[in-house]
Amino acid sequence: MVQKDSYITEGSPYGIYKLRVEGLNLYYGTKQALKDISIKIAPNTVTAFIGPSGCGKSTFLRCFNRMNDLIENVTITGSVMVDDIDIYKNMIDVYQYRKKIGMVFQKPNPFPKSIFENVAFGLRINGESSKSVLQGIVESALRQAALWEEVKDNLNKSALTLSGGQQQRLCIARAIAVKPSVLLMDEPASSLDPISTAKIEELIYQLKDQFTIVIVTHNMQQAARVSDKTAFFYLGELIEFDKTDKIFTNPSKEATQNYITGRFG
Amino acid sequence: MNRIRIRSEKVIEWIMILCSLVSVLTTIGIILVLSVDAFKFFKEVPFVDFLTDTQWTPLFEDKHFGIMPLLSGTLLTTTIAILLAVPVGITIAVFLNEYASKKFTSVVKPLLEVLAAVPTVVYGFFALQFVTPLLQKVIPGLAGFNALSPGIVMGIMIIPYITSLSEDALRAVPKSLREAAYGLGANRFQTAFKVIVPAANSGIVVSVILAISRALGETMIVAIAAGQQPRLTFNPLESVETITTYIVQVSMGDVPQDSLEYRTIFAAGITLFAFTFLLNNISFWMRKKYQHRYE
Repeated sequence: MVQKDSYITEGSPYGIYKLRVEGLNLYYGTKQALKDISIKIAPNTVTAFIGPSGCGKSTFLRCFNRMNDLIENVTITGSVMVDDIDIYKNMIDVYQYRKKIGMVFQKPNPFPKSIFENVAFGLRINGESSKSVLQGIVESALRQAALWEEVKDNLNKSALTLSGGQQQRLCIARAIAVKPSVLLMDEPASSLDPISTAKIEELIYQLKDQFTIVIVTHNMQQAARVSDKTAFFYLGELIEFDKTDKIFTNPSKEATQNYITGRFG
Repeated sequence: MNRIRIRSEKVIEWIMILCSLVSVLTTIGIILVLSVDAFKFFKEVPFVDFLTDTQWTPLFEDKHFGIMPLLSGTLLTTTIAILLAVPVGITIAVFLNEYASKKFTSVVKPLLEVLAAVPTVVYGFFALQFVTPLLQKVIPGLAGFNALSPGIVMGIMIIPYITSLSEDALRAVPKSLREAAYGLGANRFQTAFKVIVPAANSGIVVSVILAISRALGETMIVAIAAGQQPRLTFNPLESVETITTYIVQVSMGDVPQDSLEYRTIFAAGITLFAFTFLLNNISFWMRKKYQHRYE
């Protein structure tokens, strides 16, 4: 796990790393799903998690916003630091904390509400009720998600009438409307067609300026296209974490080499 | 060989058609019987009188055939039941689905459904012998027979209908919506009431409509505890009579068949049938129209 100095962003208010994980273990009941994972992620970068199905990459992603709390019988040891605060310490208000971490899921999951209400949801549960404030934020979030032009005349239509690709961009808009600093994406394009996928990838590239993005993907070309650094997971372990270029051209571990050349997985 | 198989397929198909015809023919039969006698009734009593007269005294010397008193009794007891059962039933469903552990739910849900298995005659005596005296301590001057007590007990009876169907509807909401809400920083209460309940609303409304149908048709509880005095009132402290109670009263009594008095029960019956038929159609329509299509 070599850390390259060139990825340190200068002037970050929270030390040099946005996310810092040390010695993380995760158990479903007695089965260990993540083994002693340590990783450091710099702000305003895109990090891709790759690896075969069941390797723990999605489970690990969900540690960053404590989504695994929803599953019964999960035990976690080690520490997950976001902005140098350990989010698994009891002092944290998990609901408030999750507002800082946006998440986009594998399948688009808009609420069965209007397009407007979907994007406004995160603000409304925060107690924001001023129509003009909501309108402003909804518009800017939809613009950032490159969806505004397509939906601006139909904001009151049900979100379920949108196409899959539009729904996923709506979910991105919904996530960034609460102004998180980290954006977690769990295979955000895996259920979309190539054109929609290209749009999402374009978007990820643009959103990097404002967010620290972690993306789980099955698609290695996608990882190569969008990410600055790539982490390869296998059987619950972090095998290799390095610059994306290096992982795909000259990985230092044999398992990584085998996976990216398609010998298994 | 092949021919035998084709023939046996045909036989099975016919058996299935016959089975489904049983329910269809029963419904048609009921409508026919009700309509024929109700039609004869309306030949003697003008339909306008039936709807507008404020008294229902077919068995007395001075006969009046206004359905309003029976309807008000029915709607009054049903409204009391629904006002109790809907908030309690939905709250229990949300609690079981969103807050309670799986283990707790698996124990409590069957226990709750036992409520639906209690014979209604038992509920009737429970209302008359236990709930009414209890209420009389709180509300002085409450009549021994009143609409409030059977309404409350009927509400308790239909709680499991609402809870069970609503819980199914809540459980059918995809996990992904719950994750989306939590991911945006919603707490459990916000997730439950701003996302999960609205997403399950068609199923919840259907459960409420079915519960209303059940309350409208309920007979035993109101027959025992509401008294049998047709009275146009919306005061829950007075004694009332419902449509179902009246039908029981006449069909058990010594009113000669094929008389006008006897036919009143068909006129009352078809009114009740019209209500439940309408409600069932609304629930069917709601289910079709408002069901959110998830993959």
